[in-house]
Amino acid sequence: MFSLDSLRPGERGIIAALSGDDPVTVRLLEMGLLPGEVVEVLGVAPLGDPLAILVRGGRLAIRRRDAARIQLQETPPRRPDSAIVLTGR
Amino acid sequence: MTTARAQSALQIAVIGNPNTGKSTLFNALAGMHARVGNYPGVTVEKKIGVIEWDGQPVRLIDLPGTYSLSPRSLDEMVSVDVLLGQQPDVGRVDAVLCIADASNLERHLFLLGQVLDTGVPTVLVLNMWDAALGEGLKIDVRRLEEKLGIPVVATEAHRRQGIEQIPAAVDRAMAAGGHPPTRQFPPEFYDECDRLGAYLESLGESDVPWYLRERLLLDVGGTVEQRFLRQPGGERLADYLRASRERLAAAGFRIPAAEAERRYDWARRLLSDVVTYPAVRRTTLTDRIDAVLTHRIFGLGVFAGLMFLVFQAIYAWAEPLMKLCESGQDFVAGLAAEALPPGPLRSLVVDGVIAGVGGVLIFLPQIMLLFFLIALLEDCGYMARGAFMMDRVMRTFGLSGKSFLPLMSSFACAVPGIMATRVIDNHRDRMVTILVAPLMSCSARLPVYLLLIGAFVPPTEYLGGWVSLQGLVLFGMSSLGLVVAIPVAWLLKRCFFRGEAGTFVMELPDYKLPSPRLVLYRVYERGKAFVLRAGSLIFAATILVWAAGYFPGDHAELDRLEEEVAAVAAHLPEGAAAGHPAVLAWERLRDARNAEGARLMRESWLGRAGVAIEPVVLPLGWDWRIGVGVLASFPAREVIIATLGTIYSLGGEVDEESEGLRGALQAATWPDGRPVYNLPVALSLMVFFALCAQCVSTLMIIRRETNSWRWPAFTFLYMTGLAYVGAWITYQVGMRV
Repeated sequence: MFSLDSLRPGERGIIAALSGDDPVTVRLLEMGLLPGEVVEVLGVAPLGDPLAILVRGGRLAIRRRDAARIQLQETPPRRPDSAIVLTGR
Repeated sequence: MTTARAQSALQIAVIGNPNTGKSTLFNALAGMHARVGNYPGVTVEKKIGVIEWDGQPVRLIDLPGTYSLSPRSLDEMVSVDVLLGQQPDVGRVDAVLCIADASNLERHLFLLGQVLDTGVPTVLVLNMWDAALGEGLKIDVRRLEEKLGIPVVATEAHRRQGIEQIPAAVDRAMAAGGHPPTRQFPPEFYDECDRLGAYLESLGESDVPWYLRERLLLDVGGTVEQRFLRQPGGERLADYLRASRERLAAAGFRIPAAEAERRYDWARRLLSDVVTYPAVRRTTLTDRIDAVLTHRIFGLGVFAGLMFLVFQAIYAWAEPLMKLCESGQDFVAGLAAEALPPGPLRSLVVDGVIAGVGGVLIFLPQIMLLFFLIALLEDCGYMARGAFMMDRVMRTFGLSGKSFLPLMSSFACAVPGIMATRVIDNHRDRMVTILVAPLMSCSARLPVYLLLIGAFVPPTEYLGGWVSLQGLVLFGMSSLGLVVAIPVAWLLKRCFFRGEAGTFVMELPDYKLPSPRLVLYRVYERGKAFVLRAGSLIFAATILVWAAGYFPGDHAELDRLEEEVAAVAAHLPEGAAAGHPAVLAWERLRDARNAEGARLMRESWLGRAGVAIEPVVLPLGWDWRIGVGVLASFPAREVIIATLGTIYSLGGEVDEESEGLRGALQAATWPDGRPVYNLPVALSLMVFFALCAQCVSTLMIIRRETNSWRWPAFTFLYMTGLAYVGAWITYQVGMRV
């Protein structure tokens, strides 16, 4: 188990769990960051924080502190540089 | 159209996620016929488009862009109240248009699921259809319509494609009288909702809408819960809800995660045979643009360049237009002065009415230029990237990246800066940004700094002329507000907006070409809103301040001198040199007029107040003259220069470069002969100006943007307090070193 903020750009994982049940977690859930979902880190802001991630085909900005609440379970294969294969669809 | 309500207007709410082109669609449907107001008690703007569909009057109600209908603030509660027909100033809503981004459908169906649960007849609008096709998505609209049981319409609002289907779709939705229940949750949940309804009835709350019961169970500590807990029997309700949620958890429905799980599950099942995704997600154009625009070095460079452009536009490009406003004002004032004899009426028209109108119009160039650029950056998708890159910086203030542009704009002028806080969707961050924006060193403070620095800061130079003491002081004064804003923002968050979370999870939308129509509409809309809604307040304040400075003195002598000066000036021989008897006579008369002006200023309510507060300003090192100047400059800080000019009998037409005023300040003495001004006094006065809320327009725009008198009053008090303490410390420390 590792958390979303430990991924580097281009790396992906499958969400295992979100910790906490405060408004921040609720917002993350509402935005579709749910267990079983594949997330990929697209990039990092120039000053190191926040992260840009890809989930459910959309881009989101998320702070490292919030990303640390998202536990991932495994690393699906890194996508080739120009294409990503969407699984489960 | 249905005949039952043909007499009165149909009310149709428009809701959707941010970045779905909702504004463009609203604009395409409502055109220029939108009325803008406020919902009582909240900061949400009420925007209603009054139009006709086939002779049927229709009121389109634009609700703020939102990711969900789970209200966590009073602002978010407005959308729920409108949909449920519980917003008294809106009334019953006949149908709702739920706008979704066709290329991002799964996420946007989350909001649709909640909208359907309100029971209002709904039309799903799949906007940005072209973008979805471009990404290789195939969406079977008919199949989606069948599965959802509501009308679904595909549109491209920016090209006005597909919107003509909307009236018929609304008609169909209303004819069907709502839609079949979506049943996204397990039976246990619906049982609990029924039981909750019965329980609320036992507390005397009958007919609580289904959707509110859902929210009561699902939103722990949410706005709906807070509203009900305040009712009689609220404590027992809290216990009831806790027990009910525990029963649900035991049945495997764990709040809060369960709602998102079920609704996304529902969305995925809906879309399973509706949307065909391309097998491979190609690196899109947006990915490639982002690689440059959010790049560690290029990204920051481009951002700095763009922000410089924005700043340049409102600081420098607006200047000629503002000068034009000023000369227009002077021209009209000149005409009025010629047409009217000296006296109270002329003074009211010239110094009250015309100055008041001019004081409103002067802001228009900045507001329109700023909103032109903001609309452009927002509509093309760059604004979200700016917020993404600046988030780390703005966290120093406890704010998010979205506060960067409004605060930066406030360095030119807080009025457009505060209006720009509309880009901030989080209520707390928006309020804190509004309240610290007036601390940023706006351009109106500059003349005051220049006058005082020029007169009292020695022109010492360091490092071989590269750094001057005057420059350092100017830099210090300009940065003071920014530095002070950091602890102020932190305290405001702690003390006033404690309960509200500042989450920063933001969509980074696809880049697209901005729609010129929407950009121009935004400029028009903001300009109009400012003139109509803040303008009247600014105008009224100007008249009041004029009256305070004019009455109750007897102006007969001044009016007589004024006429004589004008008469003598008209007959001065052409090319008369200084020392010529006619010139000397004119100078004597002018000096008498200026002295009379100074006397009247001291006699006025404003002057008396200034004299009365001398004991209060004495610890700051100020005499009554500075007191009057500072009081007179509360409506607008730059006024102090003209006021000091009047007080020192120089007439009101001085500026910060004026040698006469500089000399008068340097020569001013206390009754015992000590000079009034020295370096600590000048510094204490500048610190006061740096921190004080001396700007009626800013306070009025805060009134308008927060929809409450409480916040402008608070801003005025906290900034005046800060300014006083800051000036006191500066003077006391300055006199000891």
